[in-house]
Amino acid sequence: MVLAVDAAAQAAGVRVGMPATKARVLVQGLIVHDHDAVADAQALDRLALWMLQRYAPIVTADAPDGLVIDSTGADHLHGGEDAMLAGLIDRLAASGVQARAAIADTWGVAHALARYAAKPALVAPAGHGSAVLASLPLAALRLPVDMITALHVLGFERIGDILAQPRAPLTLRFGPQLGRRIDQALGALSEPINPIRPDELIQVKRNFAEPIGAAQTIARYIGKLVVQLCAELGAKGLGAKRLDLICHRVDNRLQAIRVGTAMPVRDVKRLTRLLTDKIETIEPGFGIEILSLTATLAEPLCEKQSLTAMVDDGVPDVSDLVDTLINRVGERSLYRAAPIATEVPERSVRRIAPMAPDTGATWPGHWPRPSRLLTTPEPIETMALLPDHPPVAFTWRGIRRRVRHADGPERIRGEWWLRDAELTAVRDYFRVEDDAGERYWIFRSGDGEDPNSGSQRWFLHGVFG
Amino acid sequence: MRPEPAIESLRAQIEKIEGKGRRVKSVLPFGITEIDSRLPAGGLTLGALHEIAGGGNGAVDGAAAALFAAGVAARTKGKVLWVITRPDLFAPALAQAGLAPDRVIYVEAGNDKTVLACIEEGLRHGGLGAVVGEVARLDMTASRRLQLCAEGSGTIGIALRRWRRQTEASDFGQPTAAATRWRVSVIPSAALPVPGVGRHRWLLELIRARAGESADFEVEACDDSGRLALPAELVHRPASAEGRRRGASG
Repeated sequence: MVLAVDAAAQAAGVRVGMPATKARVLVQGLIVHDHDAVADAQALDRLALWMLQRYAPIVTADAPDGLVIDSTGADHLHGGEDAMLAGLIDRLAASGVQARAAIADTWGVAHALARYAAKPALVAPAGHGSAVLASLPLAALRLPVDMITALHVLGFERIGDILAQPRAPLTLRFGPQLGRRIDQALGALSEPINPIRPDELIQVKRNFAEPIGAAQTIARYIGKLVVQLCAELGAKGLGAKRLDLICHRVDNRLQAIRVGTAMPVRDVKRLTRLLTDKIETIEPGFGIEILSLTATLAEPLCEKQSLTAMVDDGVPDVSDLVDTLINRVGERSLYRAAPIATEVPERSVRRIAPMAPDTGATWPGHWPRPSRLLTTPEPIETMALLPDHPPVAFTWRGIRRRVRHADGPERIRGEWWLRDAELTAVRDYFRVEDDAGERYWIFRSGDGEDPNSGSQRWFLHGVFG
Repeated sequence: MRPEPAIESLRAQIEKIEGKGRRVKSVLPFGITEIDSRLPAGGLTLGALHEIAGGGNGAVDGAAAALFAAGVAARTKGKVLWVITRPDLFAPALAQAGLAPDRVIYVEAGNDKTVLACIEEGLRHGGLGAVVGEVARLDMTASRRLQLCAEGSGTIGIALRRWRRQTEASDFGQPTAAATRWRVSVIPSAALPVPGVGRHRWLLELIRARAGESADFEVEACDDSGRLALPAELVHRPASAEGRRRGASG
């Protein structure tokens, strides 16, 4: 039986579920590999570990062909749910894995949407209810194949058909599993995700005889766990780059906190501070039974011998501040600017990691640059002599300004070596000052003569201080 | 006129109450006698919060205010934390004001609350040269927190006040705990004998200074090491002009 097909085979008409002999007859020279369930499961676990280290603290394999991630509290670090899914799919595609992904309120719905609705990513709005499920086929409900066939015989095609039926006769005929899967999908029945914890990860755990709930208590035990964890990290010569704290609640739900650091760290005080900063995001509910702390990502860390310096080297270490801020606002929101060798102003700045080594590079300073650059240049109405005079007056955002002084033109050419469309593109930038002394950076798209060089329209691109 | 001895002793008492003696304060002078002499400590106090806003359209775009802040930050030592809310700050301009790109760590914060939290975190750390944050609303409680953090660590904090709309700029009149409060407005640059734009000029209004008086100055914008300058024709202006200016600023 055919279990999986690639794109080429799909195009040739091979389908999943078809007998292998039929597929061989259908396509000449079909390459057939035997199914290796163990290797598949191992590969899936490896992928789950990769996700665990990069995306969210609670990840597990959704056998046989999926992964389930609890993205609560993790998506904002990757720029929101949409950005996270898009990035995830891109990264997988880059390593040759074609993936579809969906985010929904429950495991069941996300499972169904990822397999039957996502193209290739889909984010269901929070509190979506059963409406998103109604139009999906029954196979999306994670039911055994023979049960789905039996339901088809009875005339049920879509999940919506089942939802509209009284529950009791269905349970009588098919057993409790059908009802359970529906309840799990709708969130009426909780379905905890049991996160993978491979043996090679360093993990410390604490069980409580009496569930804990107060913030101070949690903070105290976090402190104790961090001490244990740092001792174990020290024994292996490692420093933590990512820590996951998972709180197992009495009602069988998991709450996770993830913190990251820019450099490997084994400092008890610093790690405790990072974790306790996030305590307010834990909802203890009826209490927490187990706290487990894992160093999800650990890297070798050499102890540095600190000498009492005779002279102050003058550069205090700010990496702990960077870590604290990253955990507050997300990794993408903290950056340094570095120059790119290009003439096009909006492309001349690239973001580098805040703790990246100093580049020492800067932008060429022979033309003044505005302190505020509009994200998109705004069209302005102008009166100007062609080809290379600055405008006499211009109207921006409904206000007409007379140009008193102007500097320019500074001619900027497109990046023809990167983009064919910019082969002849030209911008002429002027720095203009109006009667009130306000200074603006305006440009004409084009050289004023050749229509190939641009539209010859004027834009305002920045405001000088 | 020299102040009375009684007033001196009262000042000393007030300073004691204000907790100024807690730390030996160092200052960051502008290097311009006219400005430094009007500031009580002879410059911008390190380990204090300073407020900067733009005047006119600058209240919304904050272009000149950002450069003024960059000039101050450029003259400190160490890394600078710059907390922004809108992604329109153009790093090459900061580099031209003397703030090298390697020194600035940008933080994009979504709202005022996060901005304030990030500034506070940066001020409390103590290893930074300066912390600059773009913030619209700054009330007494928030500014007091920041001021205390700055006092504790000795890092200079700059609240770059920037509003969404011109009308909201009236918020700048509300009292805060900042040590000084500045308004920077653009004014026409010096006329050149040839066509072109001369060195940019600002009207620098010191609206409030703790234990000092307000004043305003016409200055030339930051050069490539973050230093301001007085326009050449104003340095040697006649005494009568000085009196008129001061009268107008009162």
